Amino acid sequence: MNAREPTPIAAKPLTLYGVEIASRLLLGTARYPSPQIMGNAVKASRASIVTVSVRREAARANTGQRFFELIKALGVRVMPNTAGCRSAKEAVTTAQMARELFGTDWIKLEVIGNDDTLQPDVYGLVEAAGALTKDGFKVFPYTTEDLVVAERLVAAGCEVLMPWGAPIGTGRGLANRYALKSLRKYFAGMPLIIDAGIGAPSHAAEALEMGFDAVLLNTAVASAADPARMAQAFAMAIEAGRAAYEAGLMEMRDMAAPSTPVAGTPFFDLDRSS
Amino acid sequence: MQLASAKRTSIQINGERMETTAATLAELVAHLGHADNAVATALNGEFIPRAARAATTLAQDDQVEIVAPRQGG
Repeated sequence: MNAREPTPIAAKPLTLYGVEIASRLLLGTARYPSPQIMGNAVKASRASIVTVSVRREAARANTGQRFFELIKALGVRVMPNTAGCRSAKEAVTTAQMARELFGTDWIKLEVIGNDDTLQPDVYGLVEAAGALTKDGFKVFPYTTEDLVVAERLVAAGCEVLMPWGAPIGTGRGLANRYALKSLRKYFAGMPLIIDAGIGAPSHAAEALEMGFDAVLLNTAVASAADPARMAQAFAMAIEAGRAAYEAGLMEMRDMAAPSTPVAGTPFFDLDRSS
Repeated sequence: MQLASAKRTSIQINGERMETTAATLAELVAHLGHADNAVATALNGEFIPRAARAATTLAQDDQVEIVAPRQGG
C-alpha cells in the first residue's frame, strides 16, 4: 500500500457503558469562584458529563440539595466520584451513598494511596472496582498508566479506563507519553479517558490526537482568570484534537522534506545539486 | 413511665461525638433537620439505604456518616 494514502479513522460517537455521549470533555464542578461561574463554565464547555462528590452535611444544613438543584438545572449527566477515599471499603460505601443521592450507577472510582502525589492505590482500586461492578455499578476507575493494572481493572469488570495525565491539580499535561501511547495501542477498542493533570488546551488536544477518547479536567478551567472562556478554549482544542486523530496525522521524520515542488525551480542547476 | 426513645446514647456523627435520644437512624436524620431525600447515610462503615433507616437501631458508640451532594473533580 502506498504510504501516502491516508487511512482515516471513521468518525464515531463516544459510547460509555452503552450510552452515546456528545462531548469528549468531562468537566469537574469544584474550585470555581462561585456557583454561577461554575454554571457558566459548564455551559461554555458544552460538556455532557460533570463530576460531583458527596461530603458530610452539617445538622440543619441544606447545602447539598441546593448544589444538586443547580446541577440539575444545567441538564447534564452527573458522575459522582469517591474522591478522598483511602481504602476499597471507604470507596465502596461512598459509591453506594452517591448512587442513592444522585440516582446514577456511574461512579468515578478514586482510591488514593499517597497524600503528596494523590496517586491511585491501584490494589485498593482493583478490589473496589470488582466489588462495585458486582453491585451493579458502571465503574470509571481513576488509574495510572500501568498496563498490568489496567488489565486487572478490565478483568474486574471496567468497560472504561481513566489513566492520569499527571497528578491531580498539577497541570503538567501528559507526563508519560510513551506509556500512554502503549496503553492506547494495547486497549484498541476500549474507551480511555485522560483524567487529571491537564493544564492547557494544548495538553487536551494532544491526548485526543493520540487517540484517547475523552479528557476529564477541573482545575485548569476552575482556576483560570475567566473560567467560561477557558472552558470554551478546551472545547475547541478537544474538537480539533479528535478531528486530527480521525483525519490521520502524518508520520514524523528526521530529515527535512520540501513541501514546495522541486521540479521547475528557477536557477536550478543539476551539476550543482548533490 | 419512661419512653424507650428518651434513652440517651452517645454516638459519633460525621466524626463528632454527640448524645442523642434517637432510637433509629431515621429518627436521627429527622432530629438533625435533614429532609429525607437530601442525605445518604452509613453506619459503622456500611451504607444504610434510605428505606432501611427506620429499621436500623442505634447503639452506644455507633459511627454515623450523613452526606449530601457537593462539588467534585
